[in-house]
Order: sequence, then C-alpha cells, then structure tokens
Amino acid sequence: MEAWRLPLSSSIRGKLISAGYTSLPSISSVSSSDLARDVNITEEEAFEILRLANQSSGSSSCNGSRSLINGAKNAWDMLHEEESLPRITTSCSDLDSILGGGISCRDVTEIGGVPGIGKTQIGIQLSVNVQIPRECGGLGGKAIYIDTEGSFMVERALQIAEACVEDMEEYTGYMHKHFQANQVQMKPKDILENIFYFRVCSYTEQIALVNYLDKFISENKDVKVVIVDSITFHFRQDFDDLVQRTRVLSEMALKFMKLAKKFSLAVVLLNQVTTKYTEGSFQLALALGDSWSHSCTNRVILYWNGDERYAYIDKSPSLPSASASYTVTSRGLRNSSSSSKRVKMM
Amino acid sequence: MANKLIGEMGLHTKISNIFAARNIITAKDALSMTEFELMELLDVGMKEIRSAISFISEATSPPCQSARSLLEKKVENEHLSGHLPTHLKGLDDTLCGGIPFGVLTELVGPPGIGKSQFCMKLALSASFPVAYGGLDGRVIYIDVESKFSSRRVIEMGLESFPEVFHLKGMAQEMAGRILVLRPTSLANFTESIQELKNSILQNQVKLLVIDSMTALLSGENKPGAQRQPQLGWHISFLKSLAEFSRIPIVVTNQVRSQNRDETSQYSFQAKVKDEFKDNTKTYDSHLVAALGINWAHAVTIRLVLEAKSGQRIIKVAKSPMSPPLAFPFHITSAGISLLSDNGTELKGPGINTIHARGHSDMINFHGDCS
Repeated sequence: MEAWRLPLSSSIRGKLISAGYTSLPSISSVSSSDLARDVNITEEEAFEILRLANQSSGSSSCNGSRSLINGAKNAWDMLHEEESLPRITTSCSDLDSILGGGISCRDVTEIGGVPGIGKTQIGIQLSVNVQIPRECGGLGGKAIYIDTEGSFMVERALQIAEACVEDMEEYTGYMHKHFQANQVQMKPKDILENIFYFRVCSYTEQIALVNYLDKFISENKDVKVVIVDSITFHFRQDFDDLVQRTRVLSEMALKFMKLAKKFSLAVVLLNQVTTKYTEGSFQLALALGDSWSHSCTNRVILYWNGDERYAYIDKSPSLPSASASYTVTSRGLRNSSSSSKRVKMM
Repeated sequence: MANKLIGEMGLHTKISNIFAARNIITAKDALSMTEFELMELLDVGMKEIRSAISFISEATSPPCQSARSLLEKKVENEHLSGHLPTHLKGLDDTLCGGIPFGVLTELVGPPGIGKSQFCMKLALSASFPVAYGGLDGRVIYIDVESKFSSRRVIEMGLESFPEVFHLKGMAQEMAGRILVLRPTSLANFTESIQELKNSILQNQVKLLVIDSMTALLSGENKPGAQRQPQLGWHISFLKSLAEFSRIPIVVTNQVRSQNRDETSQYSFQAKVKDEFKDNTKTYDSHLVAALGINWAHAVTIRLVLEAKSGQRIIKVAKSPMSPPLAFPFHITSAGISLLSDNGTELKGPGINTIHARGHSDMINFHGDCS
C-alpha cells in the first residue's frame, strides 16, 4: 500500500511524500523521532502516522489464524452467528417464510412500493413486533422510528399495539404459560413508550441523525430495529447535484450497515417508487437511482397483483426470489385470507 | 435545524474557525459533504473530523419522543385529538375523528363531482366555535379557479347548522373568518404561502384549503419533466407548514387520462407476464389522479370522489389508519351528505381507480382536465 492512501490530512501527506516516504515499508522502518525530524512535524503526529501505517499493513501484534487480517472472521463462525440471530416477525407467516423467518437483524433491508401498498404499515408493525418478549418468541427490544414524511399516525400504532397485546395474551393462555408474579403484562401504552420517534425535516437532519444514532443506541442498548420512513423523501427534491447525492447516500448506507453490525439490530429502509424508461417501455422502479440499489443488502418490493398485495424478494444474498401475499387489516399485517395462494417461487 | 450555525454550536474554537475559513457556516454545508471530502478541504486529521461531525450531528439532530408522549400530547393539546370533523359520520369514524392535523389530505375526482363543495363545508365547520364541533379559528381558502361562492357557504350554514346560523350576527362572523385568496400565478401563490407561514399561529388560522393544486401548476405551461422541481419544493413546504403549525391542509387535485405508455408493473413482473394479472385493461375509463406519483406518495390521506353509474361515491383510497371504505353520497343544499354511514370495503387497487361514467355534470371531457 502506498503512503498516499493513509487517512491523513493533505498537508501532512504532502510533507511525507516530499520527504521521500512514499511507501509503507519506508515509514515503518523508521522511529517516530527520526520521522518527526525528517518530515518536519511534531512527535505526536509522527507517532500517529506510524500507528496508522502498522495497522494498514496488518503486521506485528496479531496471533493465530483468526487474526491473520485484523477484524476478519472465518465463515464457520459467521454461520453459527447467523443461525443464532433472532428475526423480527412481520405477523404474516407467508411473508415471514419468504424472508427466512422474518426481518433479519444485523442487516439492512430495503422495502419499497407504490403509495398505499402498506410500507408505513409494515414499519409500524415491525416497531411493535420487535417488542414481543422473549417468552413469546420475540426479541424483547425497542424500536427507533425515523419519520421523514409525517406518515407515522400514532392512532394506528396504538391499534396495532392493542392487537399485538391481545394476540400475546391468547398465545400465553394457549401455551399455559403463567407469568411470574413480578412480571408485568405488557400494555399497549407501554409498547408505544418503547418506540423512539424522530421527525426529520430535511436531508441535513437525516444525515445528522444517522451520525447521532451511534451515540443514541449506545445509550439505549435494547434498540433492536431502526425504521426509516422513507429514506427517499428529502433526497428526491432538495438535492440539485445528483453526483453529490449519490455520494452522500452511499455514505449513509454504509453508516446504517455499520450500525446494524455493531449493535446487532435490523435496519429497515422504506423507499418510494418512480417510473423508469428501460427496454423500450416505462416500468416502475424503486427511487434514488441505480447506484442506491447496490447499497442495501436485502430488497423487498411490495406490489399489487390482481386484488391482493404481494411482497417480492428482489435482492438477497441468501434467500431465493419468491413472492408471498399479505393483507393489511385493522389489527395490522396478516396473512391474506385466500389460503390457496401459497408462497410462489420464481 | 439544517441552517443551524456551526459557530453557535459550542464546538471547539480551533476547529470552528477552520470550518468558517473554508466557508462551511451552517450544519447543512458540513453534512452535505462526505468525511473524506471534508478532510481534504479542511486539511485536518480524520479523528478530528469525525469528532467534529458527531458533535455537529448531535446538535442538529431532531429531538426524540416516545410514541406514547406523541399520543398524549395530541389528546391533551388538540381538539378531538387532532382531527377536524367533517360532520359525515361514516367518514369521521373511519378517519378516527376527522381530517387529521399536521398532514396533507387530498381530494381527487373528476370535474363537477363535489370537491369544492366538500371544501367549502369544511371551511365553514372549521370556523365554528368549539361547542358546535368547529375549531373556532380562521380559514385560509386558496381559490385558484374561482369556485368559492360565499352565497353557497351561507346557504350550507343555514341548512346544516340552523341553530347557530340563525343567531344574530353569527353568519357574518363565521363567514368573516374565511379568508379567500385568488392567486394569479404560481409565483403569487408561493409568495402568499411563505408569508402565511409566519402569521399562522398569531392569526389563529386553523385550516388551509387549496382548491386546486393542479390548476396552479398547470398554469405554468411547462411539460411534465420540468414541473417536478417546483412541485417538489411545494410538497416539502406544505408538509412542513402543516406539521409545525399543527393544522390540517386540504388540497384538491384533478384527474387526467392515463397514457398508453403508463404502466404499473415492475421489471420482474414484465418477465413473468402470464403469471401476473394485467389490471390496466379492466378500467372502464382510464382516469388517474394528476400531479404524478411523487405527489401521491407525499399526501397522507387521499379521498377519491367518483361517479359510477350515476351514483357518487367517496372512497378512502389512502389512509394509514383506515380500511379502504367507499361511501355513497349526494349533494344537497346543506352540502355533501353520505347516503349510508356504513362503507363498503373495496379490496385491491380498485380503491385508487377513478370512474366518471354516468356522471351527467361532466363537461366536455377530452382527457387532460387541467
């Protein structure tokens, strides 16, 4: 690796290169005081440069096959980790089955569709379902709901929370599980208490919030899902420079991925739809462009097929392309009543 | 929040000066660039950039609220938990009380169906004192096509709320609260609403009606693609206006015929064509709401008014908290009234289609109504 690739400020980099230190081995072979003298910088700066150089070349302090490259994990360990990861149910078993059990934590999932198809409904359903306690098969976590368009209707969240509490009571009654004397049954208002709501009014606030989430979630470690409704709104109209937009969006996507991996939570980004002219005709496509479509790990498209709502797995590293139908009822997302429509593999 | 000055955030002076020297004054400037770009521009190490950005981000981030406190605030502070009753029982029940505060509600339908009638009734009921189900405030009615008729409003008032209207001076006071604006161009409209933003709270404005949005934008004579950035700005502005002033904003929209090029399919659907039912061919009259898909995403509640076999129907086409119900209605001297408070539930995308068959009041329909 060359010296100019190190994350340093341009003036220091300039000094390094003009002093003749163009490659990493040349830097690591010298002591910090010599480097400081040669390049005309302070000792602390020289020490920092040496530390960065050693980190990048991955030399010295690693031991064992696992840390051949700093930060890498072997695939076997990853498999065990993935299998033990809990998933967030969508309350619709058909949808859960095509998702491999539900929305996976540690991943960024993008869900997009036409207006009125149920994106906000899924968002609200997930922010309630993540709170299902472990005894009932859930994660017992909290939710962060980032609302960029004002589509979060708190009355609807209350309706879904009430239905969830009723379902849980039915479930625990059926399984003859008795709550311990000191364990309090969840009430709908408690569920609402655990949804952290942020209202974002511009793309600047959206970026600021994504940066701030790291600190927020460190202080609220039981957050298990971050829902952004929608990721598109502010980027669609206020950005004039599309190239800059792509750069900012990719950085935001990376930050979300980092959050997902660091705190083992699920990130769900809701996207809007636009028309695109491809292959000789206009077709629907998710907004924000082609470069954005590369940024998310998983992609689910919601669409109408006849009179039913369907979800289609458009992109996933491990799940096959399949679609399943769902309905939106007053209690939230549920299986569609026509049981003849089963999961269809594409 | 985006225009928060970096200088006033309490950032360490040294780095604050560096930002200022490179003309990065507001949070927006700083956050629109990636970290690498900032590092290059400011000539400062990555660690310092990261800590400065996280400081700025924390200062610029919106505050956090729990959903529960949102609900409690609504119940405490707002009339009927933030809803403006339409006095149409079935509709009000479906919408959890009425037209919600703080969001955009759209009324879309073919010409002559009753959108302006609906708006006038709503404006009237918002001006009423709280005891009669109103908001006791002023109404700003932006009347682009000169459809507002004060005589009609008084007639509606006399017929539907006789006990209020017959009181001395009431009619004058109520009508006096409705302020009608007739903008001559989009620029005129834009100016007016920007002015409005500052004076809404002081002047007790409780409802904003825009009749119609389509007419404003189509008057500009620009083809579809160029219209987008203007509409985009208006969408953001109206939404933030609604939210900050916590008032309902009702917008009417027109219809246009569907182009043959238009589609409602994704690329993966096109590949497996026989499996998917093609909906477009089953529509009787190919009418869709004007203003495009971006607008359709932006409105929170969409009420579709249509005429099917001579019967007028109002449908709740898009609402996060209601099932897709359709109610038959008719227009009387008292305004719009529902023929049945029990709506029929419409499954499927049919709720979004707009029919205009059997509608005798339609004038020369050539497709593009705007």
